[in-house]
Amino acid sequence: MAEFDLVMYEEEFTRIDEELQKLHQQANAKVLFLVDKNGQLIASAGDTHNIDTTALASLTAGNIAATGGIARLLGEREFTILFHEGEKDNIHISLIGQRVILVVIFDQRSSLGLVRLRVKKASEALTRIFDEISSKAEKEKAEGRLEESPFAEISDEDIDNLFR
Amino acid sequence: MSFINYSSREINCKIVYYGPGLCGKTTNLQYIYRKTNPDQKGKLISLATETERTLFFDFLPLALGDIRGFRVRFHLYTVPGQVFYAASRKLILKGVDGVVFVADSQIERMEANIESLEDLKINLAEQGYELEKLPFTVQHNKRDLPNVAPLEEMNSILNPNGIPFFEAVAMTGRGVFETLKNVAKQVLLELKKHY
Ligand SMILES: Nc1nc2c(ncn2[C@@H]2O[C@H](COP(=O)(O)OP(=O)(O)OP(=O)(O)O)[C@@H](O)[C@H]2O)c(=O)[nH]1
Ligand SMILES: [Mg+2]
Repeated sequence: MAEFDLVMYEEEFTRIDEELQKLHQQANAKVLFLVDKNGQLIASAGDTHNIDTTALASLTAGNIAATGGIARLLGEREFTILFHEGEKDNIHISLIGQRVILVVIFDQRSSLGLVRLRVKKASEALTRIFDEISSKAEKEKAEGRLEESPFAEISDEDIDNLFR
Repeated sequence: MSFINYSSREINCKIVYYGPGLCGKTTNLQYIYRKTNPDQKGKLISLATETERTLFFDFLPLALGDIRGFRVRFHLYTVPGQVFYAASRKLILKGVDGVVFVADSQIERMEANIESLEDLKINLAEQGYELEKLPFTVQHNKRDLPNVAPLEEMNSILNPNGIPFFEAVAMTGRGVFETLKNVAKQVLLELKKHY
């Protein structure tokens, strides 16, 4: 395969979650999401109850992909920040380390300036965590340590059961 | 590129339905959506034109069940088949784990099928993928119509390597789940190889 699959363990997940919680508070945001570029939700913070997070993740990734396509047409590498202003809520979307997408939804209790500032700091921390995740995955792959994974044992029967 | 989350014990896989305009990709997803239990599916998102042609993509998340304590989620996407949406098709293929090629069985669409399959190969190659190495299933759709090409002919042109293929009538659901199941199975077996 062209890219490494993204494998996330408890330890890194906890650290990512902590960063998101901190950012949620410091930016005075309503909700935050972390989405991979392929549209899969990685983590979130804030009240996500009334939000279809799966759909949001996929559409955000589509949005970033489309603007990325536009950027390349214009000879830009990528637009790293997108901002959409609504009547009540605003949405700030940024790329973290070319790999994951950070979505911040906020209203008049915060401001674009504050969100920008806090996102910048959080991005650096998150970039470090994701760097560690990829080097860990590469190392484990090289050492063949992933054998205990649940997928080593998948049987035809397991798969058939999914489609009952 | 599947996403394995040991923390939430989930695995996400991306499956893309590819094929020429009007071959029935969206219809496949609509049928799957209709026939899946509410607790196993999310919303079907369609970014479409006013005439119901896919503009960017359709998206349907499915969570069919667990394997060895892991929740298995499939994210199904369709591409826009119309030739001039080439740039969008490329974007949707990013990170794909498995591909379904939906062919339109009508004789007059054979040229369009060939073109679309070529386009698929080129777009995959640009991302460093090879169709031959990817979980891949062919669906010969619209078998209900009178002017269809014989199966042997369709396979010899679109499926020279003899990979799994299914006859389908996406409108009534014939072959739809068989196709999905086949590609899903290949995707999961691929994971088994890698982990
Ligand atoms: N007779 C017949 N019609 C079908 C079948 N499957 C789909 N159709 C019809 O074909 C038309 C196009 O189907 P779509 O699913 O929208 O096609 P698509 O591949 O998504 O097209 P694009 O979005 O333009 O790429 C619709 O009117 C469908 O009802 C089939 O098996 N038999
Ligand atoms: Mg469509």
